[in-house]
Amino acid sequence: MVCSVTVTVTEAHRTVDAVWRIESAKLIAALTRMVRDVGLAEELAQDALVAALEQWPSSGVPPNPGAWLMTIAKRRAIDHFRHLKMAERKHEEIGLDLETTQQAIEVEPDEVPDDLLRLIFTACHPVLKTEARVALTLRLLGGLTTDEIARAFLVPESTVAQRIVRAKRTLAQKKVPFEVPAGPELAERLGSVLEVVYLIFNEGYSATAGDDWMRPQLCADAMRLGRILAGLAPREPEVFGLVALMELQASRARARVTPDGEPILLLDQNRAKWDRLLIGHGLAALERAESLSPVRGPYVLQAAIAACHARAGAPEDTDWERIAALYGKLAEVAPSPVVELNRAVAVSMASGPEAALPLVDELTASPVLARYHLLPTVRGDLLAKVGRLAEARAEFERAASLTRNARERDVLLARAKATAGE
Amino acid sequence: MKFMVLVKGDENTEAGAMPTEQELAEMGKFNEELVKAGVMLAGEGLHPTSKGARVRYSNEGTAVIDGPFAESKELIAGFWILDVKSKEEAVEWLKRAPFRDTEIEIRQVFEAEDFGDALTPELREAEERMRKQVAEQHGQ
Repeated sequence: MVCSVTVTVTEAHRTVDAVWRIESAKLIAALTRMVRDVGLAEELAQDALVAALEQWPSSGVPPNPGAWLMTIAKRRAIDHFRHLKMAERKHEEIGLDLETTQQAIEVEPDEVPDDLLRLIFTACHPVLKTEARVALTLRLLGGLTTDEIARAFLVPESTVAQRIVRAKRTLAQKKVPFEVPAGPELAERLGSVLEVVYLIFNEGYSATAGDDWMRPQLCADAMRLGRILAGLAPREPEVFGLVALMELQASRARARVTPDGEPILLLDQNRAKWDRLLIGHGLAALERAESLSPVRGPYVLQAAIAACHARAGAPEDTDWERIAALYGKLAEVAPSPVVELNRAVAVSMASGPEAALPLVDELTASPVLARYHLLPTVRGDLLAKVGRLAEARAEFERAASLTRNARERDVLLARAKATAGE
Repeated sequence: MKFMVLVKGDENTEAGAMPTEQELAEMGKFNEELVKAGVMLAGEGLHPTSKGARVRYSNEGTAVIDGPFAESKELIAGFWILDVKSKEEAVEWLKRAPFRDTEIEIRQVFEAEDFGDALTPELREAEERMRKQVAEQHGQ
């Protein structure tokens, strides 16, 4: 059905935006396979988008908008290479000639998933800096504009634009092949892809009240990227682990803040507000991940921890023993003092403060946690519980001196005072 | 944002007519596209209203009315929940649905904005217990 003639230009633009969101990644991926250059592919796709913005408001949206955009972009690609030829550039230089280009420009529908996967691995290639990977992934695969990415990451638009230009140049200069890595390289490269997606998610998850709505929207963008990746790599447990982790975390969105923007802690949240649909989705993804391989990677383990909370109908139903055990496994596959500290808290919830104290004592030597106020906070709490009040007080005071949050500092100082029995 | 897509029923769905193999295959393919694009959160077909019931509330109490129900154009035969960027995107997806002679309705689902803390739940928990103890010790 074609849009009625009463449609305004703005409405038509919103429709073009929607089509772009659905089609752009596939379009850029197919074009990259043809022209072997992500930067050029994206320019061609943008040309097609401009043509749509010019024509659709009056002509209506074509019945197959994806194919329409592809046709325009292909024509532009052929024009581009003709132009090069007329300028007597040697095609050997760019490894292309007109005939093979025209042959390549027949898109096989079966190629679409492979092209998309190649595009994801290219955008997240280790030759690029992390921030460039993030920007390029959102631009090429999420269909976001430079302005949207800039707003979401609280940086000037020119910064994002530069990052993207440089990233494309780097990919061209380093001759990064448009391919899915194979063999042992795959796991490592997949790790890089998952890291980028999770970074995007966390950027959205750490948004605060008053932030531009583009920021929390990043959570949705990351979940969508994760789900697309799961469709493209259906046998990779860590992909499903990441999807599960993001969905289980996002399921608590509605319960995480008071109306005036104060954070509500997990055990105080109204669990009736948790999104059951996302929880169901997340648990299913976790089940899928666990059925794919007995080996549990870091994302699957973190998702399993999040699932322990999601499954508990009330805070007192939380299976802290299982959480402690999962943190133990996580410490084996992805050792970090922060994981150890989390494990100590879970152990204290499961088995009491005496069991957790030795773990925390060991961490006091960690340089990574030296300025981390939560270490003395947790240690003070455990010491107070076992009746070592003077030491506990010192820990709370130390934690107060380390935190940057005024409200937190007041609480810690009050706790220090109270612990000494004043 | 989430949208619920309501698929309207008709005499056929109410009669419990099963879709043909071709219809099933087309719908399966469409659903697969939604899943692969990462936008599908849920999607189900519903039995005819002859297997359902209504509960009506009034000052006198509740009354249960068993199906089937007459106004088949008002009935729902299935639904999706899609996670998309805009109403327009939901519309664009549904334009691709393999329906012929029916109507669907697209409705936005209420959601809270997603803001908050970046700490892990366990650490938050530890901190919270600490706060509570302070409060108790100060008799608040």
